[in-house]
Amino acid sequence: MRKYIGERIKRNEDPRLLTGQALFVDDVDLPGMLHAAFLRSDYAHAKLLSIDITQALQRPGVVAIYTAELMGDEWQPGPPNVSPPATVEDITFHSRTQVPLAKDKVRHVGESIAIVIAENRYIAEDAVEDILVEFEPLEVVADIEKALEPGAPLVHDDLPSNLACHMVQGRGDYLAARASADVIIQRKIDIDRGAAAAMENRGIVANWDAKSQHLTIWDTTQAPIPIRNGVAARLGLNQSQVRVIAPFIGGGFGPKMMMHYPEEILIPWISVKLGKPVKWIEDRRENFFATTQERRQVHDAEILLTKDGKILGLSHKFLHDSGAYDPYGLTIPLNTESHACGAYDIPNYYSDLTVVFTNKMYTTPIRGAGRPQGIFLIERMLDIAARELNMDPLELRMRNLIPPEAFPYDREIIDQAFALLTFDSGNYRPAIEKAAEMIDYQHFIQHEGPRLRAEGKTVGIGIIPFVETTGVGPYEGARITIEPSGKVNVATGVGTQGQGHFTSFAQIVAEQLGVDILDINLVTGDSADFHWGTGTFASRGAVVAGNAIHASAIRVREKVLKLASKLLETPEEELELEDGFVRVADVPRLSISLGDLAAEANPLRGAVEPGTEPGLEATAYFGPKSGATAFGVHAMILEVDPETLMVEIKRYVVVEDCGTVLNPLILDGQVHGGVAMGIGNAYYEQLIFDENAQLLNASLADYLIPTACEVPRIEVAHLETRSPLNPLGTKGAGEAGAIPVPALFAQALENAFAAQGLEILEMPLSPNRLFELLKEKESDV
Amino acid sequence: MKPPPFDYYNPTSVGEALTHLAEHGYDAKALAGGQSLIPMLNFRLAQPAVLVDLNRIADLSFIRETDDGGLHLGAMTRHYQVENDPLVAEKAPLIAEAMPQIATTQIRSRGTFGGSIAHADPSAELVAISVALDAEFHLRSQSGIRKFKAEDFFLGMFTTQLDPEELLVEITLPPLPARTGWALQEIARRPHDFALVGVAALVTLNELGHIQESRIVLFSVGDGPVMALKARALLQGQSPSPELFRAAAETASMEDVDPTSDIHASASYRRQLVRVLTRQALERSVERAHARVK
Amino acid sequence: MSEITGVNVYPQEKKMSGLYQLSITVNDTEFQREVDPRLLLSDFLRHELGLTGTHIGCEHGVCGACTVLFDGLPVRSCLMFAVQADGHQVQTVEGLGTVDDLHVIQQAFHDAHGLQCGFCTPGILMTLVPFLEKNPRPSEDQIRHAISGNICRCTGYQHIVDAVKLAAENMNQ
Repeated sequence: MRKYIGERIKRNEDPRLLTGQALFVDDVDLPGMLHAAFLRSDYAHAKLLSIDITQALQRPGVVAIYTAELMGDEWQPGPPNVSPPATVEDITFHSRTQVPLAKDKVRHVGESIAIVIAENRYIAEDAVEDILVEFEPLEVVADIEKALEPGAPLVHDDLPSNLACHMVQGRGDYLAARASADVIIQRKIDIDRGAAAAMENRGIVANWDAKSQHLTIWDTTQAPIPIRNGVAARLGLNQSQVRVIAPFIGGGFGPKMMMHYPEEILIPWISVKLGKPVKWIEDRRENFFATTQERRQVHDAEILLTKDGKILGLSHKFLHDSGAYDPYGLTIPLNTESHACGAYDIPNYYSDLTVVFTNKMYTTPIRGAGRPQGIFLIERMLDIAARELNMDPLELRMRNLIPPEAFPYDREIIDQAFALLTFDSGNYRPAIEKAAEMIDYQHFIQHEGPRLRAEGKTVGIGIIPFVETTGVGPYEGARITIEPSGKVNVATGVGTQGQGHFTSFAQIVAEQLGVDILDINLVTGDSADFHWGTGTFASRGAVVAGNAIHASAIRVREKVLKLASKLLETPEEELELEDGFVRVADVPRLSISLGDLAAEANPLRGAVEPGTEPGLEATAYFGPKSGATAFGVHAMILEVDPETLMVEIKRYVVVEDCGTVLNPLILDGQVHGGVAMGIGNAYYEQLIFDENAQLLNASLADYLIPTACEVPRIEVAHLETRSPLNPLGTKGAGEAGAIPVPALFAQALENAFAAQGLEILEMPLSPNRLFELLKEKESDV
Repeated sequence: MKPPPFDYYNPTSVGEALTHLAEHGYDAKALAGGQSLIPMLNFRLAQPAVLVDLNRIADLSFIRETDDGGLHLGAMTRHYQVENDPLVAEKAPLIAEAMPQIATTQIRSRGTFGGSIAHADPSAELVAISVALDAEFHLRSQSGIRKFKAEDFFLGMFTTQLDPEELLVEITLPPLPARTGWALQEIARRPHDFALVGVAALVTLNELGHIQESRIVLFSVGDGPVMALKARALLQGQSPSPELFRAAAETASMEDVDPTSDIHASASYRRQLVRVLTRQALERSVERAHARVK
Repeated sequence: MSEITGVNVYPQEKKMSGLYQLSITVNDTEFQREVDPRLLLSDFLRHELGLTGTHIGCEHGVCGACTVLFDGLPVRSCLMFAVQADGHQVQTVEGLGTVDDLHVIQQAFHDAHGLQCGFCTPGILMTLVPFLEKNPRPSEDQIRHAISGNICRCTGYQHIVDAVKLAAENMNQ
């Protein structure tokens, strides 16, 4: 039978996307549709003394305006997205969730104060300018370190401080290890904010049909089913009365997984109130204020080693910036902790986490979701340790890798899935060796690098191994149906934002049913088609939904074989599925098409065996015991213009091991895209706030996303260490490309400026910042 | 990010356009290519009550040679037209060199020469280049014509000699003197971004091969284009050499500019870039001047 | 192509310059409409004509998702008013090919996996049409510069570059 899994199959969904025939949320157009625009706060922290909408209401074309006050009893905060872990003792956690419209005070620039509903967006924006608000500006909490100083202004007045959470966890006996360490290195590591900046901004269309008492919502969400459940609950509707469709989405990258955004509650609520379809499309400027961000952390880190380079322990006391609210719980900092020991066997670990409220947009995962920070931490400490120990940085890493025989390897800390973290499988050394070979690491260190430097060039090399926890639960499901036409319908709850699910998932089905990819119709992200599931996030789509589809496909295959065996009067073992037919092996004329079989399985008359299910359809779920840990290695050679500090990447190599590969073409694309984002996070993208928490670069002209000139050609190699945790043996890879890049940049730049003794303890960087760091080094000498 | 409402006129003649501008004064804004103005409208950073669209005035779009061998450009000549014009390549190679670095292809399809000048963004290549080339700008209003040399035209950030009822209609460039070389050097984070710092340079050598004239104009260093006068004084009459270029660049960097710090670059980094780019611009210009001699 | 009536985008404003009579050819079909002068060309194409293939990423001319051809030249449709297109020709991605009959450039993108979420793709395709006409044998560097005015957040550009090379090859046959 033909193999589909592992093939570089072209994507099913492409023709529609290429010809402008794919539906995105802003393409939805309904008769009588109204348009929303928000009045958003220009202050990061201010009391709302009064809101006057009278003038705005008088503008022709304005249909309605709402404020928190006008929502009356129906105004309430939340719901939160993720709860804090209950399994760790001595945790302090204050849950404060986003609100539909600000009441009493605003807590971040961009927080919505009022919403205007008008005949079109142009008028709505005009009316927004008519609204008069009296503010009493308050002192701003802009800095996460200052936020915890006594007397700091409070983001949430009902709390004693800006502490959102404090949690301690660890493994082993760190203090004992410290007492016996030969080398103790301490550093403060500073990582700043970035945005996901998907090309499509967010948007929602809600249509309440009073006659059928049904609400349809199109939403750029990565989690259509939980949105449906949350909105239904909020509006007092049955889940079955609400349909959420996440159509084609122009990139997710994490923030579209945040639920429920204020708009996701408000727009449906207003549609019900007005009995009309309502559309809100976020514009790019809003996206910088209304969509979540990520990444600010400050770590006071310490690493313990023996003089032979064996890591005895790692500890870090760190602050995580949650922004004005914390609806996403501890996902990001827990991911940081899960990755703070990298790919290494570190027997003693201690983490002291404080999550801090600030007057900035709240933070939720963006591609990497806290993992890059953890990898940055450990890899920086190792590079510094290598210099202190006078060891080759690669050799130091090799000495500490988790060896293959140690899997499954327990980290003995809680991860973001609220379970004890275990790395299921891995084989790190071959991946590092492969990457080193691909980039000619030794040759560069010994010959090429010195030769180029002798010519006056400033070049540097880096190689960073990393791990990535993926494929977390709780579960996903899928229903597969063979139609009388012979076409196969697959419905699953996850959404798609470009990952090629329509194709890679179809490959899983094709492998079992022997049907051409083009005959498999996949529906993702429509709660009417499948209403159990959590969403596309944390590199879990292929693993969790993929395996649910796999399980469902196997069940359908079983039904096919059972019925075909009966009809063809041949034992099941002698049957094969190919080209949409069930055939008797070696007797091709004894066959029946899957379509005909499906028709046979759904008779209009006659008797059936008790317990028979009609048709050729099955639903299955998959919930992994724990996440599968993928890993990889990135290596890079860069050249820096020593005068301008502009950087050019000369070579970029990726070795990726995410277990069984479903579609290498799609996987490569994910890796490339992740690396591009990583490059952005390392050297181009930074959300720059002033001391009043005002965002200074809220446009794509000033927030610098890499273009085709900044991203090099990336050479990708694959290894496959199958995961024992799921039948497909697969692990996630959606975020892998982005995770090690900041650490890699830091290492390669330090390598380039080794003579100057450059030490990089922060991310992101820029030519300007690099210039400053080098000047500081110069004046230190 | 939708633009605010405005009254809209799209005249087909300069006279009509000037009538609208005279009538509305400060309430009106001329719309040229729109590649700078329309983003401002979309951000609602500008809210003119009246927009006078110049795009139908055919008379404002031309590229011609002047009697003395220089160049004469209509203000509404689009960047892509300038980019592909052989006359520009011949008469104003500095402009031809700059073109591919100005924004993107898509912006250049609509953006205009005059629009860029009138907008007076301190980071705009054409602003600095027009000073380096000693361009002259012709402004027309219902009251008549005023002319300004480029170096007198730019008054500050987004501020020029243009009165509200005036239109920039034409730009003239003198012919390049003999033995003149040029260069445009800029550093930008991504190829089509505004420069962090840029230098437009024109260097003329005398018969002895010494520097007779050097017009070094820095952009993205403050409120507007800055002519490096002290560097120029240093270079005057000197024989070109790497040491001379280095010294001139140092002077430009430390004495001719007082750069601002912003989110993209600090003042000291900008000075460093001035230092590097001025030196490179001088090297290139002199190289080219020598090539023109042969 | 038949006319599509879109959403009413005409505000009833007290202070208004008046609706503007517009005659525009889009993908070889002529349309007559009355529009508010401030209506952006991007919104006109998407909501007035229902041609939603042109996408909006930023409305300040940086991301390139809204790129269409205006009299054959690539332009940011978010930086033009619909009224400015009166009497002109516009080509959008819908005019390039259909699902059953992909343009050679579209086919190359399909073959080389040159798109993921597809949001930036129409803008890139329209940028490439005049580029490949003028540059039938582009180098990798030229391709990257040509698309540097189009931001893609998904692909890292590599497969896009591969797609352009493939398209160029196929177009030269």
